[in-house]
Amino acid sequence: MDILKARNIVKQFSNHLALDKVSIHVPENTIYGLLGPNGAGKTTLLRIINQITAPDEGEIIFKNRKLKAEDVFDIGYLPEERGLYKKMTVGEQAMYLAQLKGMKRSEAVKKLRYWFEKFEIQPWWNKKVEELSKGMQQKLQFIVTILHEPSLLIFDEPFSGFDPINARILKQEIQDLKKKGATIIFSTHDMGSVEELCDHITLINRSRTLLEGPIDKVREEYRTNRFEVIFEGSPNLLDFTLSSQYKIIENIPVNGTQRLLIEIVDGISTNEIISSLLTKGKILSFNEKLPSMNDIFIQVVEEENKKTGRKSN
Amino acid sequence: MNKIILIIKREYLSRVKKKSFIIMTLLAPLLMAAMLIIPFWMMSKGDDTEKDIAVVEEGTSLFTGVIPDTKTMRFHYLEDASMEDLKTTFPDLGYYGVLYISPKQALVPGSVEFWCKQQPPLEVTMHISNALEKEIERLKLETYNISNLDEILASVETNIQIQTFKISGSGEVKKSNTGITMGIAYISGFLIYMFTFMFGAQVMRGVIEEKTSRIVEVIISSVKPFQLMLGKIVGIALVGLTQFVSWVVLTGVIVFIAQNIFLPDNMMEQIQSGQSIMSAVPAAAQASSPMPMNEAQRFIESIYSVEWGLIILTFIAYFMGGYLLYASLFAIVGSAVDNETDTQQFMLPITIPMILGLFVMLNAFQNPNSSIAFWFSLIPFTSPIVMMARIPFGVPVWELTTSLLLLVITFILTTWMAGKIYRTGILMYGKKVSYKELWKWLRYKN
Repeated sequence: MDILKARNIVKQFSNHLALDKVSIHVPENTIYGLLGPNGAGKTTLLRIINQITAPDEGEIIFKNRKLKAEDVFDIGYLPEERGLYKKMTVGEQAMYLAQLKGMKRSEAVKKLRYWFEKFEIQPWWNKKVEELSKGMQQKLQFIVTILHEPSLLIFDEPFSGFDPINARILKQEIQDLKKKGATIIFSTHDMGSVEELCDHITLINRSRTLLEGPIDKVREEYRTNRFEVIFEGSPNLLDFTLSSQYKIIENIPVNGTQRLLIEIVDGISTNEIISSLLTKGKILSFNEKLPSMNDIFIQVVEEENKKTGRKSN
Repeated sequence: MNKIILIIKREYLSRVKKKSFIIMTLLAPLLMAAMLIIPFWMMSKGDDTEKDIAVVEEGTSLFTGVIPDTKTMRFHYLEDASMEDLKTTFPDLGYYGVLYISPKQALVPGSVEFWCKQQPPLEVTMHISNALEKEIERLKLETYNISNLDEILASVETNIQIQTFKISGSGEVKKSNTGITMGIAYISGFLIYMFTFMFGAQVMRGVIEEKTSRIVEVIISSVKPFQLMLGKIVGIALVGLTQFVSWVVLTGVIVFIAQNIFLPDNMMEQIQSGQSIMSAVPAAAQASSPMPMNEAQRFIESIYSVEWGLIILTFIAYFMGGYLLYASLFAIVGSAVDNETDTQQFMLPITIPMILGLFVMLNAFQNPNSSIAFWFSLIPFTSPIVMMARIPFGVPVWELTTSLLLLVITFILTTWMAGKIYRTGILMYGKKVSYKELWKWLRYKN
């Protein structure tokens, strides 16, 4: 079941079209990646889902009915441009934001205590926000986003500005949230995190959807018949005998073995390759090299830009 | 609705808890009370160090015993004293100063000199010159050989103090004092200007703070931008009201306490009895009032006669109206810029009507019924400041209601406008905004 559907969303700003009939379908209890170059319209779409701006056309369906004002209580949003009141204390601030999300005081205190302990920021409760390090402020922002346990969480560029340690904690928490039953949408430029976390993706470019689907399917669709082979034997031998079946893209000797990246010629099965390789030496590893999301991203966006005859920004 | 209350609470508490707010709230009434109390206290007390003053006449003894002693001044008439010596020795002899009257020509002294270690207070020189003038006048009159001169003089002596009365449409008579009324008019007009500007600018700074700290998008994922703006405006209005009410109450308390400490009891009784006589039989009683009141008493009495209730109520009404109008404009400016230094270009349309109001007010508290004061007290952008300067003089009810009604309609309009611009503005970062841009935002739907 889809927890959220956006249907043909159009948003026009005074001098440009931010979204041009964009549709997405976010299945329940998945991690959904919203990808696209800068200025593609990701943040606008997320703002529309959060009812910060209204679409000119199209509709958002949340839990099988039209999105309502009260749904903000069931959605958590961590915007790209995020901050806190500098002069407020950490505790007051967290309580304020929690209550704005409709939580009762007692409930908010209880949950905040849990999260503050988990993230080890309990001693900072009475400190002013301006005294906190950036990493701690980010933890606090994350806590107040998820505190009211919404069923849909939206993170806009969650990893920007995070150090690797905090980024790892954040990834861990995102996965935990999914385990607890939440659905997560996040937008990012970090393709590594997309591969690591996402079940589904949508790629938006120039206000339009270019690609949508489960990440595995997308990667398979863009597979390039490339395989990584780790092999003991003479690389020269391989070159001469097998060039009709594949191309060697890369050949790196590693500790007396060869790490090869090969592209198989169409029509040749992997079994044929393996059996011919077996006669030449010892295969230590053989696996398909699916294109990285990074490669797919660049390939798709550039193709599209060529088609429309404009340069990528 | 619940969320607006949360926002109002935050905006209010975060400001009221600030040290600067608490200091301002406590300090200002002390200053105001001091301004009210000190003049009376000075008048009633004066300088109470005792002064011995030597009087030296050259050649004659015409003025011996002429200058009456007072509580603080004693005059010693020295005969055969050398002025030259006294000039240097009087402090050692225990004198505060030396009064030197040079030889007279046709009863008028050639010169009167007062020698003293420091600048003598006005009280001393006035007392001396009054006494001498009277004596010389008497001496001059004596040369005309009029019989019963003293009786005649006593019977012609007059002292006129103009008392003003306000009579309202219903025939109610109020004693008034032009000086006091003008003072109150000026202060309340200026206070409205100050309050509107101060708290309006706080709204602007609050909006900018939310933008620069990047919290605004976090908040508006929970509440509507309009709710956030309204909550901020109302929260800060309550801060302003808190400040005003605590100023009024604290000033009242301090003045009350100070009166009982510094002012002699009989003066208060006189004032209060004078009040009651006044209200019973306005004009006639005053003429036969047993004890003529002195300046200080009359002053306090007129302060009591001011319609404080009306002034405070209208002040609150006009502060709210004027503040709400300007606060929404300030909110627009705040939402359109990224930091306070960029506000300049948008401040002009806000400051011009305010300063215009201030200038008209400076005229209105002297000419409260001039046509310029009338019109500017109806125009919503200047009416709070100008009308406040007219109210102590009495303003017809229809003018008051029309002016307030126009103010309310205008602030509803500006708030609605501000809401539309604000909504777009708060999400714009790093963009130089022009008036054209603001106009576009105003016309965006949703």
